[in-house]
Amino acid sequence: MGAPPDIGRLIAPTGRRPRGRGSSMERVIRLKTLNGRLKALDGDVAKVATGGEARARAWSELVVQDTPVAYTFIAPAFFLLLFLVAYPFVLSVWFSLSDARVGDAGVFVGLDNFRRLLTSSIFLQTLQNSIVFTALALGLKTALGMALALLLFRITKFKRLIRGAVLLPFIVPTALSTLVWWWMFEPMYSVVNWTLKALHIVNRDIPWLPDPYLAMFTVILVNTWRGLPFFAITLLAGLVSIPRELYEAAESDGAGPVGRFWHVTLPLLKPVLAVVILFSTIFTLADFNIVYVLTKGGPMNMTHLFATYSFALGLQSGQIGQGAAVSLFLFPILLFVVFVQLRTVRKSTIYE
Amino acid sequence: MSSLARWGRRSRPFFTLYMPTMPFVLFALFPLYFMLVTSFKKNAELYDVNSVPFWIGRGVTFGHYELLSKDTFFWSWFVNSLMVSVAATVISVVLGVLAAYPLARLKFPGAESFGVAIFITYLVPPTLLFLPLSTVVNRLGLSDSLWALVVTYPTFLVPFCTWLLMGYFRTVPKEIEECAMLDGCNRLQTLIRILLPVAVPGVICAALFAFTLSWNEFLYSLVFVSPAELKTLTVGVFSELIRGDIYYWGGLMAGACIGSFPIVIAYVFFLDYYVSGLTAGAVK
Repeated sequence: MGAPPDIGRLIAPTGRRPRGRGSSMERVIRLKTLNGRLKALDGDVAKVATGGEARARAWSELVVQDTPVAYTFIAPAFFLLLFLVAYPFVLSVWFSLSDARVGDAGVFVGLDNFRRLLTSSIFLQTLQNSIVFTALALGLKTALGMALALLLFRITKFKRLIRGAVLLPFIVPTALSTLVWWWMFEPMYSVVNWTLKALHIVNRDIPWLPDPYLAMFTVILVNTWRGLPFFAITLLAGLVSIPRELYEAAESDGAGPVGRFWHVTLPLLKPVLAVVILFSTIFTLADFNIVYVLTKGGPMNMTHLFATYSFALGLQSGQIGQGAAVSLFLFPILLFVVFVQLRTVRKSTIYE
Repeated sequence: MSSLARWGRRSRPFFTLYMPTMPFVLFALFPLYFMLVTSFKKNAELYDVNSVPFWIGRGVTFGHYELLSKDTFFWSWFVNSLMVSVAATVISVVLGVLAAYPLARLKFPGAESFGVAIFITYLVPPTLLFLPLSTVVNRLGLSDSLWALVVTYPTFLVPFCTWLLMGYFRTVPKEIEECAMLDGCNRLQTLIRILLPVAVPGVICAALFAFTLSWNEFLYSLVFVSPAELKTLTVGVFSELIRGDIYYWGGLMAGACIGSFPIVIAYVFFLDYYVSGLTAGAVK
């Protein structure tokens, strides 16, 4: 697999950063890198002394020795992933084809679980919820994330402070930050309702979580709150990597700010945008924490996603077979994202 | 030029840039601010629909924090989270460094397949595998022990660390190692003595993210560990401070504040690493 376009590095603290002075920590790191390079230079002198041919021979011998070393290094990670990812996945497929329950291994029942799910109104509701939730949350995060990235890109005063502040929701434990959202939408003491009433926008409490549609709105809002920083910061990294000359050229051709956005920024940001959206599709669709803490899938299963419904079926009512079948609905989407991602990664290495 | 026009031009960024940014900053920070304010508010004020909720009007209390310390296993949860996160981080970074090095540097059969496998497991959300994993954990005899988490957290941390470090190792010039090897170092010595010292920022970044992801983990901890005193912080606060229909909102918010604190502190000191890890995770 080739190296994909390395945008992260542009703002990574390695001294390759195009702008900014950097902290003392970074300077130390840069010094260390420099030391490393100097040592390398010493080595080069030594190599020349031993003669080109000997050097080439020595190097090819090293390559032959590579394979056993590589396997030894990879082995621990390989076996971990084999026993705790690949094996559970196979087990999950087996469960989904069986009538396993808690404490009962079950027998093979073919596609019964899937057939039953596709005729179950709760599952069809979950499917619909998942599509609505993912589409709206992704749309909001993309639009707001782009807007925020464009703003952050131009900000010069209090840059670190503002960037740090907007990134915070992504770092704080989701299960804990969702608790405060719950408190903010609590039926009796909701600060949101208090504010709306104080501003005379509404005159009675809005039932945020007991109402099915408002509950869906709330979980989408919290998911957007948590995921927005990821979009903003990654798109910002993409913006930083666009060469300034292109904007100057567009400007001299008479393009206004809107024209520059449509004809320079957006086309060049497309690869990053695609990756961010693909990534977020999986993790939005697979969301568990926010829905579980805020609504537990209710009211009337109207906010159940695959993960929470699979949890309710497989662990709370003990129908492991059905639960596994529900969670496997995530897998085709995962495969699709991996496929697209690997294709774009390959393509970009060709153009590099 | 009139002074009014000059004032207009100089203050333009304020209206077109800083004003539109404010709603985003408020949106991001308000819930966290509200968490902090709630945790210090007396119950009388907290449950009074007529008091202004935005600040503390009738005195500060540490009662909710006392409730946490006295009536719950809060500090056990804190220590549990800390132990699990540190152990899972160390395991994941070590395995990640070892796996990333050959993927970034060595030529061997199967390199590409393993790279793709790492990438796929990196994208597997924990919610896909929690049911079969709980069976595996049971069979290993680890359920209801913190080992269940130490063993399972690396399933999503190792792919992340490997992916991040692989990208990082590639940015380090190869020549540095070639010389060391011609001087008689083997691959392990080269990795430890030559590459790792240069790649310290990448390793710090991987460790920070691994720690943060472990500390914030919720689902596995909820499923694999049920005794109250063995819970991790995220699960403990959520499940032990809501008793039936009684919600200890002050206590919940106090727990959420302390639970977020270590991550926020790490974040303040290592902001740049977080930013680079975040974007590297998505873009590389």
